[in-house]
Amino acid sequence: MYDLLIAPFVEFGFMQRALAGSLLLALGACPVGVFLMLRRMSLTGDAMAHAILPGAAAGFLLYGLQIVPMTIGGLVAGIIVALGAGAVSRFTVQREDASMAAFYLISLALGVLIVSLRGSSVDLMQVLFGTVLALNDDALTLIALISGVTLLTLAVFWRALVAECLDPLFLRSVSRLGTPVHFIFLGLVVLNLVGGFQALGTLLSVGLMMLPAAAARFWTARVEPMCMLAFAFGAVSCVAGLLISYHGSLPSGPAIILSAGTIYAASIFFGTRGIFNTKLRHHRHRTA
Amino acid sequence: MHRLIALASVLTVITLTSTAAISAQPLKVVASFSIIGDFAKNVGGDRIELTTLVGPDGDAHVYEPSPADAVTMSKADVVLVNGLQYEGFLQRLVDASATKASIVELTNGIDPLDMAVGHEHEGNGAAVNHHQGGLDPHAFQSVANAKVYVGNIAGAFCAADAAGCDVYKANAERYTAELGAAEAYIEASVEAIPADQRTIITSHDAFGYFENAYGLTFLAPEGISTEAEASAADVAALIRQVREEKASAIFVENITNPRLIEQIAAETGVTVGGTLYSDALSKAGGPAPTYIDMMKNNIGTIRGAILGS
Repeated sequence: MYDLLIAPFVEFGFMQRALAGSLLLALGACPVGVFLMLRRMSLTGDAMAHAILPGAAAGFLLYGLQIVPMTIGGLVAGIIVALGAGAVSRFTVQREDASMAAFYLISLALGVLIVSLRGSSVDLMQVLFGTVLALNDDALTLIALISGVTLLTLAVFWRALVAECLDPLFLRSVSRLGTPVHFIFLGLVVLNLVGGFQALGTLLSVGLMMLPAAAARFWTARVEPMCMLAFAFGAVSCVAGLLISYHGSLPSGPAIILSAGTIYAASIFFGTRGIFNTKLRHHRHRTA
Repeated sequence: MHRLIALASVLTVITLTSTAAISAQPLKVVASFSIIGDFAKNVGGDRIELTTLVGPDGDAHVYEPSPADAVTMSKADVVLVNGLQYEGFLQRLVDASATKASIVELTNGIDPLDMAVGHEHEGNGAAVNHHQGGLDPHAFQSVANAKVYVGNIAGAFCAADAAGCDVYKANAERYTAELGAAEAYIEASVEAIPADQRTIITSHDAFGYFENAYGLTFLAPEGISTEAEASAADVAALIRQVREEKASAIFVENITNPRLIEQIAAETGVTVGGTLYSDALSKAGGPAPTYIDMMKNNIGTIRGAILGS
């Protein structure tokens, strides 16, 4: 048992780093995922992940595979797309899904264009599918900072965020915080995706954000427990994924996300709000 | 004006007549990547018009061809490729361009090695599968094989342009002699390294033929191709191996992610010894603009890192 679960992390520094990095990432990203899901913006995370690409690519093109320029570039690109899409949806008749799709597609195309300037696409793959096994000190510090900022912001704006999720029109009628909170929240999404692409790559970091949140939805209807549960699912997925990658000789990023996917699938069926339980309760009502 | 008229007439000739009339024109050669391009330049000299698809520092395993490549390909007389499934993009490009050129696999006639078995990735089925038959395509990493490549290139040029055959053969002979000198230099360099220090680490397992020919041991965390992502098991096995076998130095390559290698170096305390050129030459001003420079640079970097530490 020790050999199976603990020894890999004791023996190898890179496993400890991978674990620390992915857990920190889950700490910030999973609660953000819960809010994304509650606001029916689950696919926004995916769109934003693509939107980051041109910034990260520009940083890469100018400075090589350096964390700071790629992060700042990704952040700038993500925020431009988030603000642009958000502004169009708030101030025109167009809905957020359409404006988001338009902005992220433009951004993605720009990113692919910039990466191609470099002449080889191998580096694009490094950006899209970063590896959790190669986290250095800079990357770990960055991820830790991001989850710290995320948790702090969530704590400060908690009530406003919950109100935004449940009834945005109500929030706007009683407080002027409505629009700012929306943008702050989008900023958090971008921040966590930028942190995630260091560890898991842009595409897979969305998985760690959304899958635990979606799974937690099957267990509770209250926001606080849902966030806790989402983080717990995320943490379990990270540990399980790394161990599967270690013992089964499989790539780590996909292993982590597929672990989260397994939890999601199990939750669909066995969650307290999942298929079996709701069916059962429904039955009882009818027979009673 | 003269040139314009000449060009126009040539174009007319090309469109109106068959390949027999083209022999006055330079032979249009497409090389799949920079190392083969260098061979072709040495054999063809002024008689060929060379286009290299994957340029310096580019990775031919994952290259995305552009429409311009398809145009070049469709007009080519000879297409030189490595073969052994090295260029993953090639078949699609050949199909898309509908080229009538002869596709010459330069690894014909070499003695192919199996993919680095006995290393840490026997269990890594996904990495191995994409190269059919499990043969290591990086044959050019041994100078003896490079001579076979050069012979194949001369043969292909002779077949396409009989008039220039003598020139090609003479060039090939001269270049083969240069290759022989480079090979002697590499062997002498390896001799200078004590036998128990001849184990090193690189980020992509491209040096099987180099190992086999010159008696060095290379360990690598990624599979045989840059396409495969390393698993935790691979990295762990490599770190164990470094600790047990006492590898002397660790190297980054010009085309793969250096972060993983730096992480392994930090964990094992082995020094990072510089950049090796595996699948691509450097740009003209760099340390490895030609094949011979690349091989000499690699062995020089290895020797310097081991003896210096």
